[in-house]
This record gives sequence, C-alpha cells and structure tokens, in this order.
Amino acid sequence: MIDRRSEEYRKRSALRMKKRYSADRRFRIYGQGALVFGALALCVLLISIFSNGYTAFFRTKLALDVTFDPDVLGVAASDQDRLSLEQADYYPVVNNSIYAAIPGELARSERRLAKDLISNGASIELREMVLEDPSLVGKTVRVQLTASSDLDQLHKGNAPRDVAEGLRRIKDRQLEWYDRWVQEGRVSLKFNFNFFTSGDSRDPELAGIGGAIVGSLFTLFICFILSFPVGVAAAVYLEEFAPKNKWTDLIEVNINNLAAVPSIIFGLLGLAILLNFFNLPRGTPLVGGMVLALMTLPTIIIACRASLKAVPPSIRQGALAMGASPMQVTLHHVLPLAMPGTLTGTIIGLSQALGETAPLLMIGMVAFIVDIPGGVAEPSAVLPVQIYLWAESAERGFVEKTSAAIMIILGFLVMMNLFAIYLRQRFERRW
Amino acid sequence: MALAATVFTLLLFSSFVVGRSRARAAVSGSEQLKLHSLPNYHGCYVALWAGVPALLILLAWTALEPLMLRTIVLDAIPERTASMSQQELSVLFSQIQNRAEGAFGVTDADETLGRAIETYQSLKRTSHSAMIAVFLSVCVLCLLFARSKISVNFRARHAVERAFNAFLLLSSLIAILTTIGIVCSLIFESIRFFQHVSFTEFVFGAKWSPQTAMRSDQVASEGAFGAVPLFLGTILIAFIAMCVATPVGLFAAIYLAEYAGKKTRAVAKPILEILAGIPTVVYGFFAALTVAPYVKGLAEALGLAASSESALAAGLVMGVMIIPFISSLSDDVINAVPQTLRDGSYAMGATKSETIRQVIMPAALPGIVGAILLAISRAVGETMIVVMAAGLAANLTLNPLSNVTTVTVQIVTILIGDQEFDSAKTLSAFALGLMLFFVTLALNVIALRIVKKYREKYD
Repeated sequence: MIDRRSEEYRKRSALRMKKRYSADRRFRIYGQGALVFGALALCVLLISIFSNGYTAFFRTKLALDVTFDPDVLGVAASDQDRLSLEQADYYPVVNNSIYAAIPGELARSERRLAKDLISNGASIELREMVLEDPSLVGKTVRVQLTASSDLDQLHKGNAPRDVAEGLRRIKDRQLEWYDRWVQEGRVSLKFNFNFFTSGDSRDPELAGIGGAIVGSLFTLFICFILSFPVGVAAAVYLEEFAPKNKWTDLIEVNINNLAAVPSIIFGLLGLAILLNFFNLPRGTPLVGGMVLALMTLPTIIIACRASLKAVPPSIRQGALAMGASPMQVTLHHVLPLAMPGTLTGTIIGLSQALGETAPLLMIGMVAFIVDIPGGVAEPSAVLPVQIYLWAESAERGFVEKTSAAIMIILGFLVMMNLFAIYLRQRFERRW
Repeated sequence: MALAATVFTLLLFSSFVVGRSRARAAVSGSEQLKLHSLPNYHGCYVALWAGVPALLILLAWTALEPLMLRTIVLDAIPERTASMSQQELSVLFSQIQNRAEGAFGVTDADETLGRAIETYQSLKRTSHSAMIAVFLSVCVLCLLFARSKISVNFRARHAVERAFNAFLLLSSLIAILTTIGIVCSLIFESIRFFQHVSFTEFVFGAKWSPQTAMRSDQVASEGAFGAVPLFLGTILIAFIAMCVATPVGLFAAIYLAEYAGKKTRAVAKPILEILAGIPTVVYGFFAALTVAPYVKGLAEALGLAASSESALAAGLVMGVMIIPFISSLSDDVINAVPQTLRDGSYAMGATKSETIRQVIMPAALPGIVGAILLAISRAVGETMIVVMAAGLAANLTLNPLSNVTTVTVQIVTILIGDQEFDSAKTLSAFALGLMLFFVTLALNVIALRIVKKYREKYD
C-alpha cells in the first residue's frame, strides 16, 4: 500500500513530473531542431550559390587605345565596302592595342602573356564596331574590350594571387601589368548583357545562357501542348465518364505509379522508342518536350481529377435538369470550374519539368551548342543541362557561370510558382 | 511544314462553316422544322470527318514510306545487294539516303549507287506529291460525304460526342501505353544484353568494368558486368540519405502537426516546399562544389582518408533533398489521426510528447512506413546528385568516405554521347534500368498500398 500523502511519495512524484516535462521539452526541441536544420540547409545552399554566382552578371573590361590602321586590317583605303570590312583580320589590331598599353619593348614570350589577357571575342567586338561605323577606319579610339577569363577572375577576386606562381594561371609579369592598368583606371566591371543573349562558348568570359533559355522555352512549350490537353482529357474521362471496373482501376494504379518512376527511366524510354524506333532528331526540344510531357502527365491528371472532384454535384444536377447532355455538362460547366486548380497543378508540373536533367541527358541534349536554336527540331541546350555541362568544366571561370545559371533557373521557378499561387488565390472557389 | 499546318487549319475551319451553313439551310424558311442538334454540332461533325481520316492516312503514309522506299531502292540494284547481310543492307541504304538528301553530295558515287540514289530521289518526289494529292482528296471526299448526311433529323451532337468520348478514352490510355513502352523498351534491350552476359553473372558478379573492345584486334579487357558494386553503392548512398532525411523529416512533421502554431506553419511549410522544388542538378552542384570539399577536409582533420567524391557528401545532400517528401507525407498522415485519440490520451494525464510517442506514432506508423518507402524509392532513382557528386569507380565497399558509384550514374555515363546498340556496354545500361524500374516499382506499389489501406481505416 502506497501512502500518497507521505513526504517521500510527493518528492518522487514531483521528480517524475519534472522528468516527464523535461522529456516533453526535449521532444519539442528536436522538432524545432529539425525545422532549423531544413532552413539552415536551404540558407547554406542559396548563400553558396549566390556568393559564387553574382559576379557572373558582370565582366571585366579593359580600356585600350585601338588604332584601326587600314594596313593592319588589310583593307585598302579606297576599298572599304562592307564585305572587306567583314572579312578583315581584327586580331592584329587587338594585339597591337594591348602591346601599346604596356610600356617598353616586349619579348616574344611576353607578347604571348599579354595576348592571353584579352578575350578571343575582342576581335569580334571590334569588327561589329567597325561595321556599325565604317568611318572608324584610320582613327584611334579608346575601346572597352572584354578581358580574358583569367584576368576577369583575378579582378573579381575569385583567383588567389598570393600563391606560388606555378599554381596560378596569372603569372607575375601579368600581375604587374594588371596592377598598373588598375592604377591607370583601365580595368572596370561592366554589366554582362552578353550572358543573357549569347549561346555557350568554350571561353567562360564569352559563354552565355541565352541559347539554353530559348531551348528550355521551346522544350516547355512542346511539353505543355502535349501534356495539358491529354492530361485534362484523361482526368475528365476517369472522373466523369469511366465506368468503375477493373480496367479503370488499372489505369488509376498506373498513373500513380508513373508519378513515382525515376526520371532517368523516362530518358531510357525516349532513347529506345523516340530516338531509335521512331528516328526522331536527337537532342532537340521536340524529343525533350515529348519525354518531359510523359513525366508531367501524371501530375496534371492528378491535379485535374482533384479539382473535378471538388466541383459540387449540384452544378452537374442543375445543368442536367436544364437538358444538357452529360458531355455538355462536363465541358460547359464542370471543367471550367475545375480549370484554376488544373492550371495550378499544370504550372507546378511544368516547373518540375523545367528543372529535370537526367532524361534530357539520355536523349542527347548534352551536345556543345553555340547557336541559339531557331525551332523545336534543332539541337539545342536547355537550362538544367547547361548547368550540368558548366559544372563539369574544369575552368575556374565556369564556376560563377554555373552559379549564375542556377540563379536564373531558380528565378524562373519562383516566378512560375508565384503565378500558380496567384491563380489559386484569385480564381479558386470553395463551396 | 508551317504552310501545310495553316492550309489544314483553314480546311478544317471551312468544313466547319460548310457544315453549319448546310444545317441552317436545312431549316431555313420554315417555322415548324427544328434541327435535332445545334448548327455548331453539324459544323464540328463535318470538320471531324474532313480532318480525322485524312490525318490517319497521313500518319500511315509517313510510317510506311521509308519501308517502301527501302525495298524498292534496294531491289533496283540487285547486283550490289544480292550477297549482303541485313546489317550491310541497312548501312548501304542509309548511305544512299544521306547522299540523296544532299548531306554529302552525289559526286563520289559509282554508277550503281548513282542509279539507286536517282531512284530514291524520284520515288521520294513522287511519294511526296502523291501524298498531298491523296490527303487533299480524302479530305474533300469525306467532307462531301459528311455534308450529304446533314438533315433536319440528323443527330450530329451524338456523333460528335461519341468522337469526343473516344478521344477522352484514348487520352486515359496514354498512361498505360507509357508503362507498356517503358517495360517493352527495357525488356527488349535487356534480353539482348543477357544474350551476351548471363543473368547470374550480372546479378551476383562482384566486378564492374563495362569497357569492351570495339574492334577485335584491340587490346582491351573483355569487360565485366557484375552489378553488385553498383547495387551496394546505391544502397550505401540511399542509406546515408535516409539517415539524414528520416529523423529530420519525421521530427519536422511532428512539430508542424502537433506543436507549431499557425504562424510557424505558415513560415516553415513553404521553406520545406522550396527544398522540394529545387532542381536536383542544383543539389548536385552544391554537393560537388561545397559539401564534398568540406567533408573531405573534415575527415582529413580527423585523420581519416577521404575521397573527394565521397559517398557521404552525395548522401548528405540527397538526404536534404528528401526531407520535404518525408515531412509532407508524414504531416498528412499525422493530421489524419483522429482528434479523439489525442483527447483520450490527454485525459489520462499524458504529456504531449507521451501522447505523440505512444498514441499517435503507433496509429500513424503504417502511413509513415509508406512515406519512408516512397522516399527510399526516390533516393534509389535519384540521378543528378550522384552523377555530379559521386564517383565513377565501381568499388565494392561500405566505407562512406570512399568513392562509390551507383546504378543511375552508370546508366548516365554509359549512355551519354554516342552509343552503339549492339555492344554489351550500351545494352547493360538498359539492364540496369530494368532493375531500377522494378525495384522502385515494387517500393511504390507496397508504399501506396500501405498508405491507401491506412487512410481507409480512419475515414
């Protein structure tokens, strides 16, 4: 028999209560810890990407006095039509201008070092300038030319300068010139428009995301026009017309399972059937969009069915009572009411498709493509694959490009999701 | 292409107008006559007749044309093709095709080949114009036929709705077709693979090096296709991921469902959803650039040897990616536990954590197990993180600091770039894909069944 009033019992009971409450607090802290861990992981990820990537939106320019000497260009003074200006050799002009920026006579090896500081794209920049204004020939002007990736990384502070010379890409002599140019005010960071408009390149300072953005848009477009009508039709059939039997059960189980099949398997399907069997063109937005459409389909079907289910039966009964046929009830009344939810699901499905990489690698969208694609049947890059390709490149300059491309893809995803949230809040009705 | 599409759209539209005006004309001038269906349905009916048969013929034509061309062109040069095997014939035909379509020019072709190329080109031209003629005439004939059927009592709406119903049914079959496509493509290529390599060697072999000699005179190893190191690597990385994701995801779900107020939920849930929305290629970059060097540095500070592409780094990041799956699924399951169970437990004097551990968890366990199984299937099938952060060397080890490879990494490395579909190396990717598909399918089926059964229990 326990004496509940004894001093000892009360003491033990108080101790037990304390233990139980502290266990409760601990449990609560574990939960908070889990949330903090998730938030922390997200922060570390975003910060590491942003801190690596924001510099890619700028590029280093070197102000040089360029002399468009007709003799060096190889154009006779009398014969300065468009074609000869287009075909003229601008490399020596670039090289002469950089030698001129360095005082004193340069040895052969030094010349090579000097040339390495300016981008391969500089001669193209000059050509475009001259084509725009042919009167430049024969004049000397100060031009902002794109610096090479090594100088760019040095100027942005991404490449360390306090290590042994052998471990750096920028040599001591080049550092000396760089410091001098900084003092002269020749080196500056300019916003990198080229990054948004041009395609991929072997040179990090010239590589852009434009081709990949266009390719991704084409791919998403194909994905949308294939998956949306078919997905909505399948959902309408299953929800409104299908008889309840083994077949429709099978279809349902199938859809749920397809939603959980690893994406790479869809890539294998695309490779074996679309490319090898139907001989569709490799690495194009057409095939990529078809594969992604198959992946997006379950998401759209599930979202559309959920919204169809949410439409109250009274709507259907009202329409039927007015003499509408079942098809008219569905198409004129139920489906329009289910559209906001369906569109929200579709956008979420498309945003998954935008970030999908593995199946696109399988169908050959990994080629090195410089041009911006002009149609859905041309080989093209897409954003996530471009990220993968740049991430695999060894050059230091591509690290910031990769991070910047990730920032852009995340930007697209945020916009799409905000649009989905807007649609949901603006149009969704609750009954 | 664009021109053809425009012409076709115009044709459909005009047939719609033809049908509609025909229907209107049938009742014009009379007050008593009433159409069975609205004029627009008659228009749709005619447009469907004009469009669908012609499109089907177009599809069949484009599918059969290459076959016909091949037979006729190769028959035109019997002296060249008489003693050739099927494979040589294919090569020859694609040569002819490429040259005829101007990829390489016809200049270096000999006389027989030149004849074949000419046959090809003329056939192609004839086929093209014949196709347009047939397409247009079928279009117009069907249009006229459909137009002739329109009368006051014609049930156009029924016909159109039947057609639309067929479209709906076909759309819902796409899901089944996709599954059949996946299974067939994987199984056919895998059967070809297992003609080169025995099934037991593939499943139980401990050495994986898929390099095989391209030519017979090349000095190269035969290639070993024992997939055990890949399975083990996959399991190791998935296990590390689950070690991160299960506790964190579960505790996050418990906190959100049981402790958190409205405001915390409003902040915490979107954060977890953002984690789920980040593309895997981004996680892969993060793992390779930030986490892997950190893990290596940490291990070396502790005096352990670590590879720069360690399983641990890939697994940790994959775990972070999977947290939201577990947390959102478990959150749903915990919320589905009836309030009465909680109230009963509180009434007995249990604290919140005791209620959760001893009442809610047992009730929610099947659903949570389902969520974990789904998460494992995600981890096993995840590709980009491991491709970017895990290694390529097939090491048979369970050391998380060493370099392991996974099934998905091998599929990607084998199939990226050019493939030859008769080498065991390329085909092995499909065999790996088949294993991956069946394992994830089994996990999904079991998980979905558990979750479904559990949901019904409390409804």
